Amino acid sequence: MRYRCPNCDHVYDEAQGEPHDGFPPGTAWSLIPEDWSCPGCAVRDKVDFEVLDT
Amino acid sequence: MQQPTTLPAAWVDSKRYMWLLSPAVTLVAGAGLLAFWKYEQTWLLWMGFGILYGVIPALDWLIGEDRNNPPTEALAELEADRYYSWVTYAFVPMQMAILCLGGWLAVTHDLPWYHLLGLSLSVGIINGIGINTAHELGHKKSKFDRWLARIALAPTLYGHFFVEHNRGHHKNVATPDDPASSRFGESFYAFLPRTVIGSFRSAWHLEAERLGRLGKSAWSVQNENLQSWAMSVVLFGAMIAVLGWAVLPFLIIQAVYGFSLLEVVNYLEHYGLLRQKGKDGRFVRCEPEHSWNSNHIVTNLFLYHLQRHSDHHANPTRHYQSLRHFDNSPQLPSGYAGMIVLAYIPPLWFALMNKRVLAHYKGDMSLINLQPSKRAELLARYQGPAQQARA
Repeated sequence: MRYRCPNCDHVYDEAQGEPHDGFPPGTAWSLIPEDWSCPGCAVRDKVDFEVLDT
Repeated sequence: MQQPTTLPAAWVDSKRYMWLLSPAVTLVAGAGLLAFWKYEQTWLLWMGFGILYGVIPALDWLIGEDRNNPPTEALAELEADRYYSWVTYAFVPMQMAILCLGGWLAVTHDLPWYHLLGLSLSVGIINGIGINTAHELGHKKSKFDRWLARIALAPTLYGHFFVEHNRGHHKNVATPDDPASSRFGESFYAFLPRTVIGSFRSAWHLEAERLGRLGKSAWSVQNENLQSWAMSVVLFGAMIAVLGWAVLPFLIIQAVYGFSLLEVVNYLEHYGLLRQKGKDGRFVRCEPEHSWNSNHIVTNLFLYHLQRHSDHHANPTRHYQSLRHFDNSPQLPSGYAGMIVLAYIPPLWFALMNKRVLAHYKGDMSLINLQPSKRAELLARYQGPAQQARA
């Protein structure tokens, strides 16, 4: 699944993960910490992200 | 052929070529140092100092404000125009050339200590402005921009700013958790050690946490703080190898003064402003009301619209040329260049700014980011008059 930051449109794709942040490809969204901020803008946090598709 | 009248007139960015002012400052500074080499006039060593604290505030006062915003339909094209990136790239090699030239003058001329200080401060100003260039570049997604940002931070030993600013300051801005947001009643001299130490610790913590998730030690070569500091070590090491240890005082003074300029600008940007907590216990998202702005055009051209700070915090990846003025954002009485002089004189700063913070919050001191150690004193001093004014 993919999730999008409502501020800067940065996309978290579970298939890609966020390797620089320490989340390898395949890391499920549920495993991302609650206080994780958008790596694009840091203006919004995980809980603000919107489901992009399934 | 006649154009249909419904088409909007093509918008032209009136500031397009004016943005060259920022890299042009490096030319002026370089010319000043070369002129000193040729003519040995020591006042030339102080030129950067005079420009920052004299010429720019005077021009801000004379030329005044520019509230123009690019129209929404022009934003995409403006963002994509590579010319604006090249303006920022041009600064970095010039900055390095001035550092080297300054170091060479410092060791080859028998300068009295006070003129050596003038030379160091003038070069420190260029490298302090370099932190602003690094700030613009470090927010971009391109790898080239991000590497250039870290190179621009090397002369001021501030490579950790690249980590802390994007992932720490932008997340925690205008909250008590942010070392780089100044508090109501906090003087610049109280803020400076707090932000320098706090930002350093935050940068280290952010990288330790990230590397921990990767199963690596904080001392890994992948630590972006260590990588950036290594650039400073290489740069300073090469200069010492060529010019000798005599260059070290120059390097240290220009670095410390350079990063103190970044920190005095940090002091202005969010003074006293506070994001409130929502029902979920989280701080509300950063809004235009959480940054101090200025439209004084000369400083804005120097600092790549840094003073349109509300839009920057709302849209941190937006390029400088597209940042907008918001009518509802708090405005400083002068440009940053003039305001930093006031920040150095706390009684003047408090006299000018405390009433603006109180007016912004309509006298409700519970909404202000107060300096905790002075809380009782500040409430006693300001709460009564503020309540009377509201009644």
